[in-house]
Amino acid sequence: MAVNVKIPTALRIATDGEAEVGVEGETVSEVLDALFERFDGLRERISDEQGSLRRFVNVYVAGEDIRFLDGLDTPVADGSEITILPAVAGG
Amino acid sequence: MPAEKLKCKECGTEYPPEALYVCERCFGPLEVAYDHARLDDVAAVRRRIQAGHEDIWRYADFLPLSGPPPGPGNHGVPHPGLPVGWTPLMRADRLGERLGLRNLWVKNDAANPTHSFKDRVVAVASARARELGFEALACASTGNLGNAVAAQAAAIGMPSYVFIPADLEEQKILGTGVFGTNLVEVRGNYDEVNRLCTELSADRDWAFVNINMRPYYAEGSKTVAFEIVEQLGWELPDRLVVPIASGSLFTKVARGFEEWIALGLVDGRLPTMNGAQATGCAPVANAYAAGQDFCQPVKPDTIAKSLAIGNPADGPYALDLARRSGGSIDAVSDEEIRDGITLLAQTTGIFTETAGGVTTAVLAKLAARGAIDPDERVVLVITGDGLKTLDAVRGSFTARRIDPSVEAFEECIARVPLVAGAA
Repeated sequence: MAVNVKIPTALRIATDGEAEVGVEGETVSEVLDALFERFDGLRERISDEQGSLRRFVNVYVAGEDIRFLDGLDTPVADGSEITILPAVAGG
Repeated sequence: MPAEKLKCKECGTEYPPEALYVCERCFGPLEVAYDHARLDDVAAVRRRIQAGHEDIWRYADFLPLSGPPPGPGNHGVPHPGLPVGWTPLMRADRLGERLGLRNLWVKNDAANPTHSFKDRVVAVASARARELGFEALACASTGNLGNAVAAQAAAIGMPSYVFIPADLEEQKILGTGVFGTNLVEVRGNYDEVNRLCTELSADRDWAFVNINMRPYYAEGSKTVAFEIVEQLGWELPDRLVVPIASGSLFTKVARGFEEWIALGLVDGRLPTMNGAQATGCAPVANAYAAGQDFCQPVKPDTIAKSLAIGNPADGPYALDLARRSGGSIDAVSDEEIRDGITLLAQTTGIFTETAGGVTTAVLAKLAARGAIDPDERVVLVITGDGLKTLDAVRGSFTARRIDPSVEAFEECIARVPLVAGAA
């Protein structure tokens, strides 16, 4: 599946400034792995040593937080939009 | 005093004090760091505070501005903005008697210009935004923040953009739009509004007070703690009960106490910190009960809309604070929230919004289960005004309707006697 990943400002330092990146994958996990392969230094910024997302990283598939779906195993449809964002407090 | 730097709360990486809020190395939140070693003359710091105006800028030594603070104390600044803070700390003896507590106070932050504690954080964020050269304010809001941003923007003369969930209480929508802001109602819950604004903030040159201004914004909440200490005669309370939405207020109030304890401005230990959530949106209370150090997000379903944040970013820090201070994080049902509102109203004369109902109900719950020693000095932090959530009390009482004659009145009270004395 070809999907589009939106990269937050704080991570563009690791994506050569790119704000949107097209990659292939069947699940969120595969999409992230494809990103990590393409951009050095991205993995350690948002993943911990066990391969889980760090606790202030939010990932959305078509606008829905993956923690309400199947987490990293959430399947992605062709043409899906994946958004990575930092958790932000206040309201 | 100027922020010395911004520092990642997770990994400690340092950044310049600009409009940054997230760590590029680990995605952790950034927090303001000061060079408090410059405040070595504690007596002088205390004198400066006591000589200050009765607003948050008397605590300028602990707020992250490079220049002089705005506000009535600084006549040289044009458009200084709304005076905020220095709200009453009121003894709540009648509520205390009801709950079996001998030393209970209410910190009534509904007494701010837009009737919630959010005026504090917005005052700091907007002042810093002006220093950084921003020309517009913006926010994602559950309601109270929108009121505060729209009003402060009007006072200082900046355009503003307020994003809210479309299903907010009408009072909060009207109380925002009246200030001439650009009000955007988003078809979604707060977490979706927050996600949208986080995306928007990347490409727009606006100061989103709770996103790219967040490190400065959050500092404003410390002033609740400073005022409590001063109002108690430079002493610490033993315990606070504070509502939790994102967890920012809860953790920053504690940070305020800790800064003053570390400097020697006040003696004692960090008060026990009790957090309050609504059962219909209790990601932090759930994690506390489960013994976890992270929060599983929830889809909010509660009348306490100002606390309806299902994905609380400061949740992990709130959990840590409750545990290390000997406190807890509890949740109460919508029915308990309504009872909390009327209990506070009928024993203190303070009409609070649903968030204050949550806080009061959690205090009552803690007292009922014997978690509080009757002699402890307890402060209940009331964050917003009941006029903002009028639906919560609709139907909670009946009025007598009569014709304008003495006979009609006598006949009415013969049927339904008047209540003698207070409830």
